[in-house]
Amino acid sequence: MTSHVIPSPAAAPHALPAADAGPRRAKRRVLPGFGPSMGFTLFYLSLIVLIPLSAVFIKSAGHGFEAFWAAASTPRVVASYKLSFGLSLLAASINLVFGLILAWSLVRYEFFGKKVVDALIDLPFALPTAVAGIALTALYAGNGWLGSLLAPWGIKVAFTPLGILVALIFIGLPFIVRTVQPVLEDMETELEEAAAALGAHRWQTFRLVVLPTLMPALLTGFALAFARAVGEYGSVIFIAGNLPMVSEITPLMIISKLEQYDYVGATSIAAVMLVFSFVLLLAINGLQAWSSRRNGLEGRK
Amino acid sequence: MAGIVSSLGVPQSGSAGRYERNPATREAPWVRITLLTLGLAFFGLFLIMPLVAVFHEALRKGWEVYIAALVEADAVSAVKLTLIAAAISVPLNLVFGVSAAWAIAKHDFRGKQLLITFIDLPFSVSPVVAGLVYVLLFGAQGWFGPWLQAHDLKIIFAVPGIVLATIFVTFPFVARELIPLMQAQGRDEEEAATVLGASGWQTFWRVTLPNVKWGLLYGVILCNARAMGEFGAVSVVSGHIRGYTNTLPLHVEILYNEYQFAAAFAVASLLALLALVTLVLKQFVEWNAHRSLKEAST
Repeated sequence: MTSHVIPSPAAAPHALPAADAGPRRAKRRVLPGFGPSMGFTLFYLSLIVLIPLSAVFIKSAGHGFEAFWAAASTPRVVASYKLSFGLSLLAASINLVFGLILAWSLVRYEFFGKKVVDALIDLPFALPTAVAGIALTALYAGNGWLGSLLAPWGIKVAFTPLGILVALIFIGLPFIVRTVQPVLEDMETELEEAAAALGAHRWQTFRLVVLPTLMPALLTGFALAFARAVGEYGSVIFIAGNLPMVSEITPLMIISKLEQYDYVGATSIAAVMLVFSFVLLLAINGLQAWSSRRNGLEGRK
Repeated sequence: MAGIVSSLGVPQSGSAGRYERNPATREAPWVRITLLTLGLAFFGLFLIMPLVAVFHEALRKGWEVYIAALVEADAVSAVKLTLIAAAISVPLNLVFGVSAAWAIAKHDFRGKQLLITFIDLPFSVSPVVAGLVYVLLFGAQGWFGPWLQAHDLKIIFAVPGIVLATIFVTFPFVARELIPLMQAQGRDEEEAATVLGASGWQTFWRVTLPNVKWGLLYGVILCNARAMGEFGAVSVVSGHIRGYTNTLPLHVEILYNEYQFAAAFAVASLLALLALVTLVLKQFVEWNAHRSLKEAST
């Protein structure tokens, strides 16, 4: 109904010359409500996010660097870093390949049940992590559907690092598909047609024309999946087995320190994870800026 | 974290024929079949099997056990607490999202990108760390711990802590959906309304809100799903007091750790149903958003 009254965003600049007629400076503060909306935004952001997060750094600084380092670098904690970061990288890499294949299939091919597959890709976003955790454990336990198939081959998944990998693959998959899919949808076919006309083999076209265009989106999805996997807790703890030095992830170390009332330990490990989150967040923002710049250029004909 | 990857921008699938008919953009049949088989096998193995397993395990001991697990007193109180946490956190984050999007998308100021990055922070912070920060503030050893104890107030190991942790992890969902949408729509319509004499509220209710209603709803749906399903952050601040500070996901954990598998999966199946409903609603909103976009452009 409103669409008849309100012109589309694209048409608006031409449709409303009156609003644009004024000098630029006058235009800047035409809309009211900047003060209250900005004020509330900063207040709520500080109250819920910034002040609580700064507590981690202030607390760990309060204990001194020696205490921080001693708590953040015990062999058991270092083993958890290696496990969490290593498996998260591996899971994100596996998702990079299969996520690209799924995004490609959803955009380029027709197949039965495509709409359902497209909708269910987001399942890991919607399914509570604890549910995913116990479901994967039931599947891969020795008597589970998949566990009993793998047992004769001597492959144990549940309660080993392999189980953690499975959980991290589950939660990371939509990140790759959902960042690559829109770029693939928007991609013009002209470049591929030109490549084909110039005699390029299909694989050459994919490698030299399509893949470079997808690269920023692939890297963004990879970084998002990686960041999520490192911090993931709910879906992992049930299937991990949580053996010290073998299958303890870093978030679990924070929990176990807290349960022993070792606040210095918990805070120190949390500070390490937070610094890592900040760095990765900055990298993701940079990648997204790169990605939108590149797609902006691609989109213009 | 879903908000970072908004799929409202994804055009509806179904136009793949144009790639398959074009010789320059189509692969040999064996390549297509191999890719489809690999992709769908991966999809079935990692996404469908766990979903099916939840319902299979839930009903393994029959309907009686299933129903009994859902009507048991602790389960009912877990449902209530989950609903309370969502009922508080979703509206608060909705108001925040709208206000942040209005400030960011409709005005110019320095440090805008930094502000957006800060709003994204809860997405990249581990849920466990999110829970920990509130323990550091309000726990017995925390900054405000002694004061709270002196006034006989409890936040950690009580309902307020659970609500706070839920607000934290669902903080960016609505804002992250609205900011890019309102930025893309520009300010001309609002400016025209203001120039024509509409007040700020009138402009917002009659011009901005109708334009972003689908994006808003989309953000609320995702925010609600996460609010009801959050586990890690809530687990840290809850203290796991049965019948008092247990949300549904925590109740699942307790039952599971007590080897009451059928009951654990029965409660889990409720959450899985919630996830499926979320996905259906999400599709519905996407479909409507694209339809209204199409209508607007013709």
